[in-house]
Amino acid sequence: MDYFIELFLSGLTRGSIYALIALGYTMVYGIIGLINFAHGEIYMIGAFTSFIVATTLSIYGFPLAAIVVVAGVAAAIWSSAYGYTVEKIAYKPLRHAPRLAPLISAIGMSILLQNYVLLAQTSDFLAFPALIPEFAFMEPVAHIIGSSDLVILITTAVVMLALTLFIKFTRIGKAMRATAQDRTMALLVGINVDRVISATFILGSALAAIGGLLIASHIGQINFAIGFIAGIKAFTAAVLGGIGSIPGAVLGSLVLGLTESFATGYVSSDYEDVFAFSLLVLILIFKPSGLLGKADTKKV
Amino acid sequence: MKSTMRINFLVTAAAVVLAMMLPGTGMAGDTIKLGVAGAHSGDLASYGLPTVNAAKLVVAEVNAKGGVNGKKVELLIEDDTCKPEVATNIATKLVSQGVDVVLGHICSGATKSALPIYKAAGVILISPSATSPELTQSGEYPNFFRTIAPDNMQAKPEVEFALNVLGVKKIAVIHDKGDYGKGVAELAKGFIEKSGKGEVVLFEGVTPGAVDYSAIVQKIKQSQADAVIFGGYHPEASKIVSMMRKKRMNIAFLSDDGVKDDTFIKVAGKDAEGVYATGPKNNSKNPLSQAAVAAHKQAYNGDPGAFYESAYAASLAILNAIGKAGSTERAAVTKALQTERVDTPVGTINFDALGDAVGVGFAMYQVKNGQFIEVK
Repeated sequence: MDYFIELFLSGLTRGSIYALIALGYTMVYGIIGLINFAHGEIYMIGAFTSFIVATTLSIYGFPLAAIVVVAGVAAAIWSSAYGYTVEKIAYKPLRHAPRLAPLISAIGMSILLQNYVLLAQTSDFLAFPALIPEFAFMEPVAHIIGSSDLVILITTAVVMLALTLFIKFTRIGKAMRATAQDRTMALLVGINVDRVISATFILGSALAAIGGLLIASHIGQINFAIGFIAGIKAFTAAVLGGIGSIPGAVLGSLVLGLTESFATGYVSSDYEDVFAFSLLVLILIFKPSGLLGKADTKKV
Repeated sequence: MKSTMRINFLVTAAAVVLAMMLPGTGMAGDTIKLGVAGAHSGDLASYGLPTVNAAKLVVAEVNAKGGVNGKKVELLIEDDTCKPEVATNIATKLVSQGVDVVLGHICSGATKSALPIYKAAGVILISPSATSPELTQSGEYPNFFRTIAPDNMQAKPEVEFALNVLGVKKIAVIHDKGDYGKGVAELAKGFIEKSGKGEVVLFEGVTPGAVDYSAIVQKIKQSQADAVIFGGYHPEASKIVSMMRKKRMNIAFLSDDGVKDDTFIKVAGKDAEGVYATGPKNNSKNPLSQAAVAAHKQAYNGDPGAFYESAYAASLAILNAIGKAGSTERAAVTKALQTERVDTPVGTINFDALGDAVGVGFAMYQVKNGQFIEVK
């Protein structure tokens, strides 16, 4: 039973890691129907930014709490700037092009950003400072769940809750929902659709940056390629949960994380991807729009 | 595709015409072309770049003394990022540029995929770091040589160290599913089972680059292993070790020379302490090795990295063999590599009939205070 709980917890952590990235995918898809493949790279840039800020600040001897806050804010702002710029450069000019064009452009941005960081920074793995300390009260259960797992779980829950409230109750949140439902109609009633799309990219990128900081601190190392696999898994999770749906992204991520964890624990880690993707195929066969996705009705 | 074929045809035709117009100039050209292929960018660049430095230093020295057989040596440096599919492209490119011998490739997987292309072109390959046993022991690649001992020469000391020195009984063997890592892991598993002194309680592969290894670490714990033998490279090793220490598992972690790299210590930090890894024997008492390291310090202002001495030795051995053979013709160079002993930073070596260097081997190292120290 202990073993089951351990696997369950590590599955939840892994799922929460995916969820922090998957939220950005699903928000962008909900608004403009585009799969933003560069999103994994935005997460990677967030991790690098927090790495640079955190190592610089720790040289000057700032307290850990201050370092975490400053690095998080800096990473969120910097990644948002990248997200915003990517949208303006690579997606906006293609807004009325056939669906495949922005998709290719997204893949192009992903490769560009990866190689840019490779050239501008380094190809080596870098040791990421432990920004999440080992809490003393966690020590009795440290062999089952670590402090960073706990922080990631809580952050994901808080972020999902805040995001849901934000979309439901704020002005810009309502504008986002309107744009998602019908972009032309939203334009007609006076919503600045371009600004809504920019806001979506900024918000999604900021979330990815926070994810970058937490995940890098959990794993303890970063390099330019970490965004790729994390991005693919998060994208899978978003599709699993129903792409476009915010609770769906979180649910899909948790299901994916738990499946991988149990597959590793009870079968073999050689098969974790086999189980994860078989599950994806099964769910898409029986529920093509994903776990919580709405069926796509054609507008007349 | 069609147009490139046409261009290729035109180029070939032009070359044939030129060759016929200029009789007597010979086919060989007036330099010896030494290809240097390996990972020079990407995750594993730290394994490939020291070889480039070694080749540059050896070639500069040889050229300063008038070259080999009266010809200057020219380097053709190509980056395969340790990816098999890139390696085949690089091999084709080098062969089409008329390369005479190749120093490389760095990773076993990339080397294996590139070898048939060199074999067809009659080009000799000498690797400082590709340790997969089948490259030599399958007998399929008579054009392949190496200045590093194959994996079964490091899986054996790893297992013997775990069973006899550490005295552990239950061992979890983990690998990264790659040619190299899985190769070492399978050999280690075989040696443990054959010894009768211990048992393999877990044998599994992990996915390189996965975001989180806590599930496999839980599984290692569940298997009640006393030690972990990991076959693979340092990025995964440091993630697994860190996760084990985070979960308060303090069992021994043994690995191979894919982990014996300073990047591992840098990234894993305090979690690296106590980790064992096999690596090439320490040659620091060999005067040639001291000279090679000093040359590196002077030229590049820093310590050489992984496989530097072995690459230095490979460059010396191959150029020496070409000199003794008097040509770059394959059979003659092969014979010279096998019969002529040459003094190198890794010892005085020649090569056996399969292509493995006689006189090189592995030793066990342990991380102590942020450094790999040889365990006596």
